Amino acid sequence: MKIRQISVFIENKSGRLYEVIRLLGGNNINVRAMSLADTTDFGIARFIVNEPDEAYRLLKDNDFTAGMNDVVAISVPDKPGGLAGILHVLQQKNINIEYMYAFVNQSGDNAIMIFRFDDTDLALSALKGARFDIINEKSLFNI
Amino acid sequence: MYWQKLFETLPLESMKQLQFEKLCAVLKHSYEHIEYYNRCFKEIGIEPSDLHSLEDLGRFPFTTKDNLRDNYPYGMLAAPLKDIVRIHSSTGTTGKPTVVCYTGGDLNVWSDLVARIMCMGGASNADIVQVAFTYGLFTGGFGLHAGAEKIGASVIPASSGNTARQLMIMKDFRTTLLICTPSYALHIAESMDKEGITKDDICLKYGLFGSEPWGEKQREDIEKRLGLIATDNYGLSEMMGPGISGECLCKSGMHLNEDHFYPEIIDPDTLKVLPEGSLGELVLTSLTREAMPLIRYRTRDITRLYREKCDCGRTLIKMDKPTGRSDDMFIVNGVNVFPSQIEDALKFFEDTTPHFLVYLRKKGALDEVEIAIEVSDNLFFDKMKKQKELLDNIAAKFTSMLQFKPKVKLVEPRTLQRFEGKARRVIDERGKNA
Repeated sequence: MKIRQISVFIENKSGRLYEVIRLLGGNNINVRAMSLADTTDFGIARFIVNEPDEAYRLLKDNDFTAGMNDVVAISVPDKPGGLAGILHVLQQKNINIEYMYAFVNQSGDNAIMIFRFDDTDLALSALKGARFDIINEKSLFNI
Repeated sequence: MYWQKLFETLPLESMKQLQFEKLCAVLKHSYEHIEYYNRCFKEIGIEPSDLHSLEDLGRFPFTTKDNLRDNYPYGMLAAPLKDIVRIHSSTGTTGKPTVVCYTGGDLNVWSDLVARIMCMGGASNADIVQVAFTYGLFTGGFGLHAGAEKIGASVIPASSGNTARQLMIMKDFRTTLLICTPSYALHIAESMDKEGITKDDICLKYGLFGSEPWGEKQREDIEKRLGLIATDNYGLSEMMGPGISGECLCKSGMHLNEDHFYPEIIDPDTLKVLPEGSLGELVLTSLTREAMPLIRYRTRDITRLYREKCDCGRTLIKMDKPTGRSDDMFIVNGVNVFPSQIEDALKFFEDTTPHFLVYLRKKGALDEVEIAIEVSDNLFFDKMKKQKELLDNIAAKFTSMLQFKPKVKLVEPRTLQRFEGKARRVIDERGKNA
């Protein structure tokens, strides 16, 4: 139920993000979601892609510092209070969210949120217990 | 004003005789009391009695900072610990610092030699001396302090930092002689501008500035803005500290106290002694130290030695301001740093040393250091909180190991310049106009 996410260290220089995206796109890797955390000197870009292993290898071969780690994707009802329900469960179980971002979803009544937890397994069991719609890697790219 | 006129104006022939006699004694003393020298001399089959002239010193082995480190902490002592009354230390090339010990007699000589260079720079017993060097393991603070006290000046042990307080003391106590690094002197001048204090509001007459390289332009700037006469002086902890050489008011080279330190200039590559006047690495042999005599110590400072008649009347040999180093040490606001120390600090975070470069820049009058590190897998996190924590930890490690706080910056792999041959780690963007 976990989803693999690629993270890349990006210096705050013009054109660097473009180079990462171009590298992935040029090799037929589809970026479905991304987020960028930035400081004045550098940024951390995180991607959800259709071919995580291939993307990771490509980045490494091109001298980027990249990491791969697990995140959780949850389908959230696209209506008021949809996200609140998830956060409420996490808060009750005292589970910290490191960061989260939204997934590009062309159609449907649901939004998809990507969560990065400190303790992914603990978070997963809590969310499963509350019957939230957790999406696996395969189905993520068939949406 | 002279402090020890007899020695400071000794005719050349008498000086050479004196040096030869002291050299014989120090070689014998080291051979008999320091196991390290005993072994070194024996290894190359030489004995103190093989010294028949000053030139013969060239046959004796050198001493390096590594040798001092290998004998850490007390292996280079020629006197029993019970006779040691002071212990200082200086930056090590890697890991351990080097230890410098003094007997009561050593401290007495040290303060006399500092008194000499202070008198060269204009000091007298009428002066109010503000010592804005760090008092601690670094030899600068205590060294200058003792010399000033010996002259009979009124000494203010202000120590370093807290510029606002330094300025208040300078104004209220009517300091006439300032001791600090040249960059700190300029920093004080800048703070005065900000506070609206002019040189007419203070009473400074002389400034003795040392422990980092500086140029004539910087001297003019300091003299004009602080309203004083600025002189340079030279020393190194391993050899005692400040008081090795200093400029007189003629400001034409530093008089080296050669009756206590026998100087040679060598080619740092061939290690051959070069003729007087050549540019090369300064090598010093202590002639009178009791606790820690050092034979042919390689200072790594590149300079020139020459004899010329000085209007001040001193006959002591002159040395130029050091123009560089024969190793990769650099100086930040008076603190000596070796790139290997930065490598050591980084080892706490990475098994293999990541590629890094040190940028030295000026922020106002003071030096600023930025250490750019190429990020590797172990130094990278997808969580910003952890990433920032790591940067803070690296900065804290540097601060504790280097004694100053650098800016730490992570850059992408393979983006820092590579240098052919010996890894060059330092890019100095300061002092292009100094």
